[in-house]
Amino acid sequence: MQSTLEIQTQNVGVAPGVLSKVDEAPVVISLDHIHKTYTMGDVEVHALRGISLEIKQGEFVAIMGTSGSGKSTTMNIIGCLDRPTKGHYFLDGEDLSQLSKDQRADIRNKKLGFVFQGFNLLSRTSALENVELPMLYAGVETSERHRRSMAALAAVGLAGREKNHPNQLSGGQQQRVAIARSLVNDPALILADEPTGNLDSRTSVEVMEIFQRLNRERGMTLILVTHEPDIADYADRVVVFKDGKIKSDYRIESPRNAAEELKLLPAVDFEDDDDDSETVVNEVAEQKEA
Amino acid sequence: MNLLMIIRVAFRALVRNKMRAALTMLGIIIGVSAVIAMVSIGQGAQQSVQEQIASIGTNLLFVSAGAQNVGGVRTGTGDTGTNTLTVEDLDAIKREVPSVSMVTPTVNTRSQLIFGSQNWNTQIQGVSEQYPDIRKWTVQDGSFFTDADVRTAGRVIVVGQTIADNLFPGTSAVGQTVRVKELPFRVVGVMARKGQDQQGRDQDDTAFAPYTTVQKKILGSPRVQVAYVSAISADATYTAQVQIGQLLRQRHKLGPQDADDFSVRNMSDIADAANQTNSIMTMLLASIASVSLLVGGIGIMNIMLVSVTERTREIGIRMAIGARSSAVRTQFLIESVVLSLTGGLIGVLLGLGVSLLIPSLLGWPTAVSTAAVIGSVIFSAAVGIFFGYYPARKAAALDPIDALRYE
Repeated sequence: MQSTLEIQTQNVGVAPGVLSKVDEAPVVISLDHIHKTYTMGDVEVHALRGISLEIKQGEFVAIMGTSGSGKSTTMNIIGCLDRPTKGHYFLDGEDLSQLSKDQRADIRNKKLGFVFQGFNLLSRTSALENVELPMLYAGVETSERHRRSMAALAAVGLAGREKNHPNQLSGGQQQRVAIARSLVNDPALILADEPTGNLDSRTSVEVMEIFQRLNRERGMTLILVTHEPDIADYADRVVVFKDGKIKSDYRIESPRNAAEELKLLPAVDFEDDDDDSETVVNEVAEQKEA
Repeated sequence: MNLLMIIRVAFRALVRNKMRAALTMLGIIIGVSAVIAMVSIGQGAQQSVQEQIASIGTNLLFVSAGAQNVGGVRTGTGDTGTNTLTVEDLDAIKREVPSVSMVTPTVNTRSQLIFGSQNWNTQIQGVSEQYPDIRKWTVQDGSFFTDADVRTAGRVIVVGQTIADNLFPGTSAVGQTVRVKELPFRVVGVMARKGQDQQGRDQDDTAFAPYTTVQKKILGSPRVQVAYVSAISADATYTAQVQIGQLLRQRHKLGPQDADDFSVRNMSDIADAANQTNSIMTMLLASIASVSLLVGGIGIMNIMLVSVTERTREIGIRMAIGARSSAVRTQFLIESVVLSLTGGLIGVLLGLGVSLLIPSLLGWPTAVSTAAVIGSVIFSAAVGIFFGYYPARKAAALDPIDALRYE
């Protein structure tokens, strides 16, 4: 199946001047001296101690740090799941730091896409219905919902798998359904929290390939939380957290190219174990290549 | 997100757990069908009482000694030793009240009827020769006794079908002689079969003799317990009732402050009393049945609470991708209402089925009450809202971060 993806991404490569384009791009996320303090009994825990960060449109940022470094708290604040104790958070120029629960739900629905480590798909629900879910809450009408879900599933290489339930899909496929779900409301930003944490190395490369493709082809802004340095290497920029502060923030001049790496990996290692549709797709792909 | 979509989401969630949904609904199904079946039985009993009363005739009045108060406190009845109603009173009613056409006193006693080696314990009613016309009851064999028999206190007797079947199996009862308290009575007639009355008593297990005979030769007392009076028409019933009352007060020399020492009732009074008893029974049965509705509702609440805990992660996912708390709350509330309402509708069908089967299985009449059907459907929806609200609120109050982390 990813042979198809290879074809689609073959000519893309790393466009020269991406970074300079990013420099001119508008700011999507701006964190301004964000503090977060939790009270546990009598003890105050300072999870974040004044984080300031700007992310521009089209950037692919990896957030790294050990557990307890504050990266998850930052993710929750950027993801509008939590509010900062102090400081301001701007998304597309809008101050979100003091929004109500419902307003944050609407922002999550329309402006943000989430991809989790544990996939977080609804069980006993088809891939198509899972992808349709955010549009259901956005009030998108049935035919449009269907069209966009099919397109999103096709974009992550799952055309023909729409009716499958999560338990009929491999981990990599489930994560691709989750990516499709994060895409359908055309968000300003996709947040991926350890998206490869539950996947083997080959599937991880496949997932990173999709992320890179979304970033380069669609100019999608991506934030990726990970503690694996080799996964962070697929991003353009790395922000390292330590003890509730940003320890370092640097650009990667030549990120790893997942599409190129996939070509070099042996196809026998293919994780999908089941039916004939794979072979059919592969054959078609080979014919196209020929 | 509009309501229709939330309803679809709720339906999908229930379909995913078919077995559990079915078992949860069972409580409501049993509750609703029990309520409907019970009310049908009650209504059926009420209807059959009304039919019987209509068949007796609406121009019938009952005059009894002692005061009787339907639904009130005074429940003095004719056979507690009061001597306030006499044959002379009844003669006066017949003579002086123009709206009255026929009168018969009844003097009741129980005794053994002996024929040869057979004997039978039964009720003997002392009545006048007009009794069959007043009660619209025909004589099947022979004839009823005459006013000459009444005047002379003749030892003649007319028996019901049950007595005829038991004392004279295989032979004709008419012309035979039976003994009552050592006195020989000649059987002159056999009444037509009448069946059970509204209290389930066998009306055919009765013998009739002239009231004069019963008073003088069996009881040795001149008192009259109850009299049946027939008004000239159904419309004249009320007039007759009032006039009888006035006449008896005058004859008994009652002052304006004195309470009646007799009572005059018409069939609708009797019907009211019977209906009152029946509706109390119906209410009782229905309220016992609605306890199971309540239990069913608690079952729904239990399952919804389990469901909220079990689906914490699902709730977290929904919230993370943009479901507002209100959407989550509505979803769970609708799931609970769908459970109870579907259960209610199935219960209605089951209850109707049971109501249709009861007459042939148990021999009780039933009448389906539309009010009970509509009421129990509304009630089951209310049960769903009431018992679903707390679990739904719990689901909506979850924090998405914690919910997503829930294992």
